[in-house]
Amino acid sequence: MRKLIFLVPVLAFLALATWFALALRPDHDPRELPSALLDKPAPDFVLPSLGGGEPVSLASLHGQVVVLNFFASWCVPCRVEHPILMRLAAQEKLPLFGVAYKDKPDDSRRILSQLGDPYRAIAVDADGRLGIDFGVYGVPETYVIDKSGRIRKRFVGPLAADVVERELLPLLRELNRS
Amino acid sequence: MNIPGITAARALLLALALAFPAHAVEPAEKLANPALEARARQVSQGLRCLVCQNESIDESHADLAHDVRVLLRERITAGDTDAQATAYIVARYGEFVLLEPPMKRSTYLLWFSPVLLLAAAAAAVALAARHKSTPPAPPLDAAERQRLAQLLQESEP
Repeated sequence: MRKLIFLVPVLAFLALATWFALALRPDHDPRELPSALLDKPAPDFVLPSLGGGEPVSLASLHGQVVVLNFFASWCVPCRVEHPILMRLAAQEKLPLFGVAYKDKPDDSRRILSQLGDPYRAIAVDADGRLGIDFGVYGVPETYVIDKSGRIRKRFVGPLAADVVERELLPLLRELNRS
Repeated sequence: MNIPGITAARALLLALALAFPAHAVEPAEKLANPALEARARQVSQGLRCLVCQNESIDESHADLAHDVRVLLRERITAGDTDAQATAYIVARYGEFVLLEPPMKRSTYLLWFSPVLLLAAAAAAVALAARHKSTPPAPPLDAAERQRLAQLLQESEP
């Protein structure tokens, strides 16, 4: 037993090395944070609609599974994500709603007329307060809200095709079943 | 009057005078009431900027830090206590925004691990010391003394 004591530092080193190796894996972002609002009711809001007409509110989304995407015309990663959103809206009938985060409405309209508009409705969050209520710390961010109005998932940064296939679509199927 | 030594001394004085602690609060953000402004500064120094993640929102020039500073001042002006204003931000961004983690069951390990490590190290050192200390050798008996003297004599030239 006493002779095996030299294994203690070796095992400690292996444990640390495993930990570091896991933290260095390519799909892991150490800056990514879990949402403080996970499984809690989404913040209530009533904001003007980018397209004019009825304001967009949490109440107007109630009763359906909703994907809420914070974007801005000035946001470069949003452009990376945009083709995926277009495809999801067209092929998967994604219930996609947008929040134009700290953006001039004219700029939001212009970028959507250039690239296409995947959203069913867009709320104008000119001062970024709705973003703060959701805990947004960098656009794009995408939230999944269930039928009872609870936040079930947050994606930070542009949605990637594999994350959509692996996480977003299965979650939406599950939420729509229940 | 342009003696290099004096210019250098002036530059040094200027640098020292400008070396106040870095903060990013813009004049337009400041509250007119100095007591409320001081409280807002105090609270914002304890809140992490989530864009830079290792700066407080008081020091950060990130857009989000600016927004949260303004929001914080609104809450404090509206009558929030420091704790209520902090809780308002924590409810949205989680406890990660607190630069000093709160003392509670899930953070005991974090707070006490230095003490635990120190105790473990002290125990290891004590254990090692006890095993190493061998009793002093018994004095030589008569036969051994004689043999020693003999050996010493042999080695003399």
